[in-house]
Amino acid sequence: MAKTVEGLYYSESHEWVKVEGNVAVIGITDFAQHAMGDLSYVDMPEVDDELEAGEEFGAVESVKAASDLFTPVTGKVVEINEALEDAPELLNEDAFANWIMKVEMSDPSELEGLMDAAAYEAMCANE
Amino acid sequence: MEENLLKTCLYDKHVALGALMSPFGGFIMPIQYTNITDEHNAVRQRAGMFDVSHMGEIFVSGPDADKFVNHIFSNDIRGMEDGKILYGMMLYPNGTTVDDLLVYKEFEPNSYLLVVNASNIAKDYEWLCAQKEGYDVTVVNESDNWGQIALQGPEAEKYAVETLGLAKAAELGFYTYCNFTTCHFDQAERVEKSCRMIVSRTGYTGEDGFEIYAPHSVINEMWDTLLAAGVAPCGLGCRDTLRFEAGLPLYGHELSDEITPLEAGLGMFAKVKDKEEFIGRDALVEQKQAGLTRKSVGIELQDKAIPRAGYPVEVDGVQVGVVTTGYRSISTDRSVCVALVDKAYTELGTNVEIRIRKKVFPGIVTKRRFYETNYKK
Repeated sequence: MAKTVEGLYYSESHEWVKVEGNVAVIGITDFAQHAMGDLSYVDMPEVDDELEAGEEFGAVESVKAASDLFTPVTGKVVEINEALEDAPELLNEDAFANWIMKVEMSDPSELEGLMDAAAYEAMCANE
Repeated sequence: MEENLLKTCLYDKHVALGALMSPFGGFIMPIQYTNITDEHNAVRQRAGMFDVSHMGEIFVSGPDADKFVNHIFSNDIRGMEDGKILYGMMLYPNGTTVDDLLVYKEFEPNSYLLVVNASNIAKDYEWLCAQKEGYDVTVVNESDNWGQIALQGPEAEKYAVETLGLAKAAELGFYTYCNFTTCHFDQAERVEKSCRMIVSRTGYTGEDGFEIYAPHSVINEMWDTLLAAGVAPCGLGCRDTLRFEAGLPLYGHELSDEITPLEAGLGMFAKVKDKEEFIGRDALVEQKQAGLTRKSVGIELQDKAIPRAGYPVEVDGVQVGVVTTGYRSISTDRSVCVALVDKAYTELGTNVEIRIRKKVFPGIVTKRRFYETNYKK
């Protein structure tokens, strides 16, 4: 069973957001890594990229397919998790411990449109 | 849509094994049982088995069968010995591809088995029937009666001989076959009947191996026997990564009704020089004389980004081609693809770029085969 973590925000496209001040730490959920299978590549944005909520910012890839990633919040990329460049399997090992990017939010109220763990679990149960 | 999908005779086995099932070529087929990488490596290092019962079997016989098959087939079947197999294509008059297929020369005169792609069975059968006017031949589509298992990998021969008891299989050379007689229970007549089993030393993985054709009940027993002996069940996911690494084309990707064998780099299977006539030959001669405008090549990326079918190939920001199949190659751990590109950029070593989502990644034109094949004999 895919797990979730309390206290995070979740998007319909299976990203999670952890809020640290005005920075959103963003990754993919356990449900997403499970659905993709063994990941062989993470396509990450560049630091300083300006992203609009809902915009594609990269992708995770398994042998078979690429799955686009969408940012749940608007803002500027301030850091990417370079460890994933050489070790995409970290996302399979622990999707919540391994973030993909950090975004300086320009509109934190966007978080209100995201789900909590319970709502996200309910959504996944229907997929 | 889903309810129209066909099931192979091994469908229940796949479901029981927990396979991830997905539509392919009109059938609901197993994509993977465990994961693609492990199944891929099982075939490269030991042995794996695939349910390829979706493939089509069309038999052609009659007084004009030699002439007819040579007419519709791009390769040269003249002088083909009994028990030999040839790979080639059926072409449209404009030189593009109806299908790629194997032609088995039967052990009696004027008699052939054509093994065709699942997605093209109905189209191929209609095509053959439409071409046979003036030829005294019988064309029979027996696809529904045959199941097929592909047993592939360096240990395939060991399992064929020791587990299945097919001692004769060990003597088969590459691209030859033999017949066995076995028994199956005829459901309609409720009796045991003898039946034919075909074992050929062929495959679609770049490894040694066999393709075994038999009635459904025989295929079911054989699957269980091989599974119990430790042969890894392998899905279509790794079948694609394996054939891709070995430089083997897939219809709908490297070949199609818009791509000629010359463009696909498969000219050696279209005998334009040796044969005076086959459907599509004139168009290929013309294409050769005029010079190809595009060709299939391999491209290797320096980056780990993965090129996939449909991604544009670019030079200086201008599209010069399109990826037909691409992967992070499991056996070589490189990001590689096959792409159909403008002739000007097909020389080995040419620098090109592949657009992957928002970015472009530098690549170099290489051969289309990324893995050294290990065929026997």
